[in-house]
Amino acid sequence: MSGDFLFQAFVYLAAAVIAVPVAKRLGLGSVLGYLLAGAVIGPYVLGLVGGASGDVMHFAEFGVVMMLFLIGLELQPSLLWRLRLPILGMGSAQVLITAGVVGGVALLLGFPARPSIALGLVFAMSSTAIVLQSLQERGWLKLRGGQAGFSVLLFQDIAVIPMLALMPLLATGVVGGGTEAAHGSHSLLEGLSAWQQTLAVLAAGGAVIVGGRFLSRPVFRFIAGARLPEVFTAFALLLVVGISLLMSLVGLSPALGAFLAGVVLAESEYRHELEGDIEPFKGLLLGLFFLSVGASVDFPFIREHLGLIIAATLGIVTLKISVLLGIARVFQRRWSDAFLFALALSQVGEFAFVLLALATNLGVLTAEWSRGAVAVTALSMMTTPPLLMLLAKWPRRAAAEQNERPMDTIEPEVPGKVILAGFGRMGNIIGRFLQANGVPTTVLDTNTELVEGVRKVGLRAWYGDASRLDMLRAAGAEHAELLIITISDTAKIRAIGDMARKHFPHLKIMARSRKRVDAYELINAGFDHVYRETLGTSIDMGADALHMLGFRAYHARRAALAFRKHNEAAMRDLAKHWGSKNYFELLRAKIEEAENLVRGGASLKDQIDAAWDNESLRDEAAKGTLRR
Amino acid sequence: MSNRILVLFAHPALEKSRVNRHLIHAVTEIPGVTFHDLYEEYPDFQIDVAREQELLLAHDLIVMQHPFYWYSGPALLKEWMDLVLEHGFAYGHEGKALRGKALMNAVTTGGPREAYDHEGYNRFTMRELLSPFDQTAYLCGMRYLAPFVVHRSLVIRDQDEAAPHAALWRKALKALSDGTIDLDAAAAAERLNDLLVDAGNAPLRGNDAEVLS
Repeated sequence: MSGDFLFQAFVYLAAAVIAVPVAKRLGLGSVLGYLLAGAVIGPYVLGLVGGASGDVMHFAEFGVVMMLFLIGLELQPSLLWRLRLPILGMGSAQVLITAGVVGGVALLLGFPARPSIALGLVFAMSSTAIVLQSLQERGWLKLRGGQAGFSVLLFQDIAVIPMLALMPLLATGVVGGGTEAAHGSHSLLEGLSAWQQTLAVLAAGGAVIVGGRFLSRPVFRFIAGARLPEVFTAFALLLVVGISLLMSLVGLSPALGAFLAGVVLAESEYRHELEGDIEPFKGLLLGLFFLSVGASVDFPFIREHLGLIIAATLGIVTLKISVLLGIARVFQRRWSDAFLFALALSQVGEFAFVLLALATNLGVLTAEWSRGAVAVTALSMMTTPPLLMLLAKWPRRAAAEQNERPMDTIEPEVPGKVILAGFGRMGNIIGRFLQANGVPTTVLDTNTELVEGVRKVGLRAWYGDASRLDMLRAAGAEHAELLIITISDTAKIRAIGDMARKHFPHLKIMARSRKRVDAYELINAGFDHVYRETLGTSIDMGADALHMLGFRAYHARRAALAFRKHNEAAMRDLAKHWGSKNYFELLRAKIEEAENLVRGGASLKDQIDAAWDNESLRDEAAKGTLRR
Repeated sequence: MSNRILVLFAHPALEKSRVNRHLIHAVTEIPGVTFHDLYEEYPDFQIDVAREQELLLAHDLIVMQHPFYWYSGPALLKEWMDLVLEHGFAYGHEGKALRGKALMNAVTTGGPREAYDHEGYNRFTMRELLSPFDQTAYLCGMRYLAPFVVHRSLVIRDQDEAAPHAALWRKALKALSDGTIDLDAAAAAERLNDLLVDAGNAPLRGNDAEVLS
C-alpha cells in the first residue's frame, strides 16, 4: 500500500519535473506541460497511473480552491466592487449565451431538448485553473482582457450552484439525490426548508467575513507568537480547508468560500505570510490536477470516434471564442483585450467533469455521450495553451499595453517599488521617509507588535521573514525595484541579499551595516550599497561641534561632506585589504590622510580650504599682472 | 523719514574675507538695519522662504552684500532669489509685495575700478554687469539704486586698510536709513560711493581716492 503510494507520488512528481521545464522552455507554458505529461503517464499510454486518477483529481481540485484563496488575498473589496459590472454583466451574458448557443446547436443536430440544455450548461463553463495559471504565468492577469476573464470565471463559480440544482429538474422523473454525487459529501442542509437553507448559507458567509475581520488578528498573533514557521503553515492550510468544509456543508462552492475568505484577509498584515505558505501547496496541487486531467484522456475512446470528437472539440472552442469575442466587443473592450479574453476562456472547464458525472447519474445524458463530452472537455483544455502562445506572438501587444495602463492591475494597490526588510530603528525612519515622498513601500518584519503598530500609522507592513524566498516573492520582489535590508544581523542580511540576487537579479539591494567590519564583509560579498548606521549622525554631530566652536556653518557643512566622501571611499579601498597583513598600516594611512597629512600633494583639509581661496589671485593683483 | 534696511549678506568663506568682515562690523550696530547672514543661516541651502518673505515685507530697502564672484553673487544668493522672489509674491499679476521698495548691491571686487569700463579688461561697467539685479528689481516694482562698490579688495591686507571702506559703508547705510540721501540721484549714479564722497567729506574722499587710485 505505502509502496504503491510512493510509486504513484514518484511518477507524478517525475512527470511534472521532466515535462514542465521542457514545456516552459518551448514557450508552451506549464499547463500544457502538465496536461501532456499526464496523458503520457495515464492508463492509455504508459499506464503508470491508473484508474485511481478520479480520486487524485478530486483531491487535486483543492488546488483550485487554494488558487482562489490566493487571488482573493490579492484583491481588496474595493476592487471587487469596481469589477461588479464585468462580473455580473459579462459573466451572465457569457454563461447564458454560450449555454443557449451550444444547446441550440445540439438541438439542431438532433439531440432531445433535455440533454441539449445539459450540454449547453456544461460547455458554458471555462477552466478557472487553466485560465488563471496561464494568464498569471504570462503576467496577463493584470491586462483589461485578463481582468474581464477573471470576472467571468468568478461569475461561473457562482453560477455552478444553480446549475447543480437545475440538473435534477432536467432528469425525467428523478429529482433529488444529485447533489450528493456532485459534492461527494453530505450536505447538512438536506431536509431543511428553503428559507432555513438560505439562512444557513448567509450564516456561513457571514461567519467567514466576521471571523476574517475580527477574529483573525488575535489568532494570527497567537500562532505567530509561537515562532514556529511550520505551525503557521499548518494554520494557513487549516484555514483554507476549514472554510472549504464549511462551504461544502451549506452547499456552496468551496472555491467561492475560499475566495471570499481571501478577500476578507487581503488587508491583514499576515497576508504575505499566508501567501508564502499556501503558494507551494497550490502550485503542487494544481499541477497534480492538470496531470490527472491529462491522465483522464480516454485515447481508445477518442480513436474510436476520432472524427466526431475532434470536430466537436474544434466546434465548441470556435463557438465559445465567437461568443466571447462578441461579448467583449459589446462591453467595449478593444480588439486586443477581446482576443485575450476570448482565447483564454475558450476551453471547457473542470466543472464540466462534475456536471457531467451528475447528469449521467441522473440519466440526463447517456454514459456514451458523457464519455464523449469528457473527452471533448479534456481536449479543449489542451487547445488553450497553444492558442495563448499564438496570442503571445502577436507583436508585443501585451507588454506594451501593460506599460500603458498601470492603473488596471488586478492587484489592489500599486505594487510596492520598494521592499523594506526590517522596521526597527533604521527601517522605520527610511520607511517613513519613503512614505512621505509617496513611494509605495512594502515593509516586512518578524515582530508582530511592531507590524501592527506600523499599520496603525498607515504604512503597508506585513508580518514575515524576508529571508524566506516565498515571502520575498509574495511581497512583490518580482516587480519591485529596490530591496532595502535594515535588519541588524549581518549574516542574515547576507543571506537575504544573496537569495534576492539569485532569484530577482533586477532588484537593487541596499544593506545596513552595524560596524565597519560588517560593512567590509558586505562590500566584499559584492554588495555595492552598504550603509553604516552611525556614520551620518556622527558626522552631523561633528559638523555641529565645529559650528559651536565658532567655525562658519557653511564651512562646517562642507568639511562634513568632504570627510564623509573621503570616509566612504576609504572604506571601500580598505575592504579589499580587510584581513590582510598590511590592513592596519593602510588604515593608519587613511586616517592620516583625513587628518591633513599629505596624500598626492593635497590633504583633505587642503581640499576644503582651497575653495574660495584667493591667495594666488592676491599675488597677481599685487603684481598687477591680472589681465586677460 | 527713516527707512528700514535689510542687509542680505552672502559670503561662502567669510573666514577668508579681508574686506567684507570689516564691512559687516560697520553694519551690525546701526539702528534700523537688519543684518542677515545667509550662509550662516542656511548652510544646507534649505532656505525658509516664508521667513525670508516676511523679512522682505518688514523692510524698505534690501541690500545684497556679497563678493562679486564671476560678475554675480555667490551661489546661495542666487538660490535665495530663485526661491524667495516667487511668482505671485514678488512679481506677476498678484505679486505686488515688494512694490515701492528699493534694492541695491554692495559688492567687493578683486579688480580695480578702471577694469570695469568699456576700455578695461572686464569690458563692462559695474552697472552694466549688475543689470540682472537691476532688472530683477524692475520686474518686482522696486527701485534699483547704484551699487556700493569696494574695488581691489585683493590688495587690502589688514583692518587699517579696510577701515576707510567700512566707514564709508557705514555712512552710506546711515544716510539711506535716515533718508538724507537723494534717491533719484542714488538711482542714477554709477556708484553710491561717488555720491557720498561728492557730498563733501574730506577725510573719506582722501582715503577713498587713495584706495581707488
